[in-house]
Amino acid sequence: MYDFAYHRPKSVADAVKLLKDKPEARAISGGMTLIPTLKQRLARPSDVVDLGAVKELSGIKLEGTNVVIGGMTKHAEVATSADVKAAIPALAHLAGHIGDPQVRNRGTIGGSVANNDPAADYPGAVVALNATVTTNTRKIAADEFFKGLFETALADGELITSISFPKAEKAAYMKFPNPASRYAMVGVFVAKTAAGVRVAVTGAGPCVFRVKAMEDALAKNFSSAAIKDITIPADGLNSDIHGSAEYRAHLVGVMARRAVDAANK
Amino acid sequence: MTAATGIGARVLRTEDKRFLTGTGRYVDDLPLARATYAYFLRSPHAHAKIKNLDISAAAKMSGVVNIFTGKDLVDAKVGGLICGWVVKDKHGEPHKAPPHPVMAVDTVRYVGDTVAMVVANSYDDAKDAAEAIKVDYDVQPANIDLAKSFDKGSPQVHPEAPGNLIYDWEIGVKADVEAAFAKAAHVTKLDLINNRLIPNAMEPRAAAAEYDKGTGNYTLWSTSQNPHVLRLILSAFVLGIPEHKLRVVAPDVGGGFGSKIFCYADETMVCWAASRVGRPIKWTAERSESFQTDCHGRDHVTHAELALDKDGKFLALKVETIANMGAYLSTFATAVPTYLYATLLAGQYTTPLIYANVKAALTHTAPVDAYRGAGRPEATFVVESIVSKAAAEMKIDPAELRRKNFIPSTAFPYQTPVALQYDSGNYPPIIDEAMKMADYKGFEARRTEAKSRGKLRGIGFSSYIEACGLAPSQVVGSLGAGVGQWESAQIKFNPTGNVQVMTGAHSHGQSHETTFAQIIHDKLGVPMDQIEIVHGDTATTPFGMGSYGSRSLAVGGSAIVKATEKIIAKGKKVAAHLMEASVADVEFENGVFKVTGTDKNVPLAQVVFAAYVPHNYPLAEVEPGMDENAFYDPANFVYPAGTQICELEIDPDTGTTEIVNFTAIDDFGNIINPMIVEGQVHGGIVQGVGQALLEGAVYDKSTGQLISGSFMDYTMPRADNFPSFKLGYKVTPCPHNPLGVKGCGEAGAIASPAAVMNAIHNALAPVGVKHVEMPATPLNVWQSIKGAQRQAAE
Repeated sequence: MYDFAYHRPKSVADAVKLLKDKPEARAISGGMTLIPTLKQRLARPSDVVDLGAVKELSGIKLEGTNVVIGGMTKHAEVATSADVKAAIPALAHLAGHIGDPQVRNRGTIGGSVANNDPAADYPGAVVALNATVTTNTRKIAADEFFKGLFETALADGELITSISFPKAEKAAYMKFPNPASRYAMVGVFVAKTAAGVRVAVTGAGPCVFRVKAMEDALAKNFSSAAIKDITIPADGLNSDIHGSAEYRAHLVGVMARRAVDAANK
Repeated sequence: MTAATGIGARVLRTEDKRFLTGTGRYVDDLPLARATYAYFLRSPHAHAKIKNLDISAAAKMSGVVNIFTGKDLVDAKVGGLICGWVVKDKHGEPHKAPPHPVMAVDTVRYVGDTVAMVVANSYDDAKDAAEAIKVDYDVQPANIDLAKSFDKGSPQVHPEAPGNLIYDWEIGVKADVEAAFAKAAHVTKLDLINNRLIPNAMEPRAAAAEYDKGTGNYTLWSTSQNPHVLRLILSAFVLGIPEHKLRVVAPDVGGGFGSKIFCYADETMVCWAASRVGRPIKWTAERSESFQTDCHGRDHVTHAELALDKDGKFLALKVETIANMGAYLSTFATAVPTYLYATLLAGQYTTPLIYANVKAALTHTAPVDAYRGAGRPEATFVVESIVSKAAAEMKIDPAELRRKNFIPSTAFPYQTPVALQYDSGNYPPIIDEAMKMADYKGFEARRTEAKSRGKLRGIGFSSYIEACGLAPSQVVGSLGAGVGQWESAQIKFNPTGNVQVMTGAHSHGQSHETTFAQIIHDKLGVPMDQIEIVHGDTATTPFGMGSYGSRSLAVGGSAIVKATEKIIAKGKKVAAHLMEASVADVEFENGVFKVTGTDKNVPLAQVVFAAYVPHNYPLAEVEPGMDENAFYDPANFVYPAGTQICELEIDPDTGTTEIVNFTAIDDFGNIINPMIVEGQVHGGIVQGVGQALLEGAVYDKSTGQLISGSFMDYTMPRADNFPSFKLGYKVTPCPHNPLGVKGCGEAGAIASPAAVMNAIHNALAPVGVKHVEMPATPLNVWQSIKGAQRQAAE
């Protein structure tokens, strides 16, 4: 990797100041994407701001019926949290199936959501559960957060401090992993919350998206039979050696039905 | 010897202590004082002319010690890399041999081709400088699509091989085969692709070299499967360093699977540059470099036809194959799709007439050479796929069709129509045992039950044969091999009674330190902890041919046995003197010399001591010391055989395949350590299933970029892709080597692709799918089902 200056601030304020002062700086959370990128010399930040010592960013707490997860909380902590398992077991399940044990014990929810990799799992949960992303400056609704391929509503120097997930009445996440990387080739998160039914798809397109037709059908009848004839167009979906756009479109249907069945169990 | 540790015992591996505690010593672990570090600048293009190469800015960068380019090698008169097996085409002409410069001079021919070597004080310095090298490429169109390599207008890889043709080779008499086809009651035709694989040994290739200015001696540490052969090639053909001035050491090596047999540009450069730099040089491939520059495996396009009579007896087989060589001919590339492939097309069957035509093609891709099984998996895949297809077409049970055509046990030695003479075997009991273990009878019930869960269940057979234990030197010599293929051993007792056994074989995961020690223990009665197996260093071991082609035990183990016989023969003379008996009356058993019919005895350790301290010793008749060498040249190949049965379920909604049952019954001849053999079979099956379901090297057909260039896109098999395997053995000892052994390292990988794909076709037949190519990924299977549905709807 290329040389860079390394910083390890202890507070969000200090971290934000560093990021604002150095326009070529990058924040590092678990480093699950940034470290390989650096090692392959695909990024050349002037400074790396390690959020590992910012204690206020970690932890899981309940606020009313919501589960609030700090940005630096590791996947393994979410997967094993009694609070998450009680309120939204599907979210704990999702976290427990990200990457491998090494990734789950390094990678963080804030890092994953801020990076917005099209094949990441968490964006599906954030959108389907209609979560709210809290940053050092504001609150952002899930539907406003994910903007496109690796693109979010975060401004320069803006950090995710926590994400608040409303309790789900029913929810499940079904992932069809890429056979090689085991990232989501198609992941469908289905959730029924106080706000209604949402179906969010990750992996299939350049960015997480909702399937309105399925949501409407499931709002009337929350069963896999209700969506069995709903297909989604292949146009605009990802295509690579592991899955054509047509195959991914097909898998969205299969995974959605399986998610609904799992949510009903 | 004792059942606990001798031949046939499940002895825990001696080498595991260091491997499992992280104390193995690999090339990259070497502490070399004042070391420099090498980084290779590689071509980003599949085919380009180098218009200009400017190292001036890079050479001035911090930490840079030296930069070498192809021109430096030309100036220094360094030879090119060689292909060590001359295959003669069907007109008797030797294959086309385009030059293989160690580093590109004016043209790059695949993504990863070596352009420059930067030597610096650290890897980072070397990489920084490599980025500052300015290369002006004139990008040319590339020939990537193997099937179109010979088409008019396909981009040419080398002017020395017009039309990209390396050879047009054949075996068998075409007219006789055609005549048999004319009389056939049934002809089964099959087009298939044997997918290209990237070996991905756990340890990437690495090299380190040091030059001793005082003596003029070079030492090269390399991740080689055959250090003596590497030294021979570097000395005699490439660098011209006299053989006795070059020491090659292959210390602990983390897997090879064939990919570390060959002489590569990187290690050649590290060795050559060490004397020019005047400091040691270290280099370890990054994983991306391994993907791009390790020799790849397989990559055939084949059309095959099998002629049968009305009862299903095979009358004749004809096979047409195009084999990919990549951009340059690697060390043994030419032999793999000819003598290691077409000679195996008889399989386990009495097919009386076989004709095969193989055309080797150049493409703008990484060189292709031997990979676990090397030619034999490709042959088995053709034979076992077409046999199962014929069974399905003729509505004969696939096991029954195989049995009908098996070479009977009474027919050995059996001369096949494709050169090989099988020495031994008994195939029917193997398939019987496999079917019993796999509960073949219960399959239809399981298929029905699976259907009720929405799954398509299938079962597939693969009855393989392989020729391994490479090889009788005069046979391979007559076929064009540049080397002999005997093996060596030296048994060197120390005065205190413990023993060092030097072998020319090389262990890079095969457990020689345990298996060979069991042989010594069994033959000489020396306790296991008093035995050291030494390998991998040209300075300490006798010249040896290394390990590949499942040869270490059958050839190297036999050399060890020969050396034990010499030890015993000498020991008898010494013991006779010590016991004041006639040599003819001395026998040796369980580590003790005895005088027949008396209670007089003397243990081997005492004989050894007497040999090193010969105060009371027959010096007039016997030399002091207890140190014997043996070389063993096998009389024939060995012929392991077996049957695998794969049972799997396909989820038609996603195309996902799950292997639910996998049975393998093998005849490896006598077995030294069943636990180690099972490990080899497990690994082999996993690699073969990897080829069938998961792995595929994919180049972009127009740009030649390696799309499957990392583990993000190249699917390695993982533990959760597999059930527990059911294994068993049937034994017909090899009649021509002293241990009666046959070799087990490649069998799993040779047999399993066909077992899996036959099961896939069996599962998908009810939904109308005719053919699925490897790897049968979820996408591939889903598209096949979808295609069949579309066809049915039309």
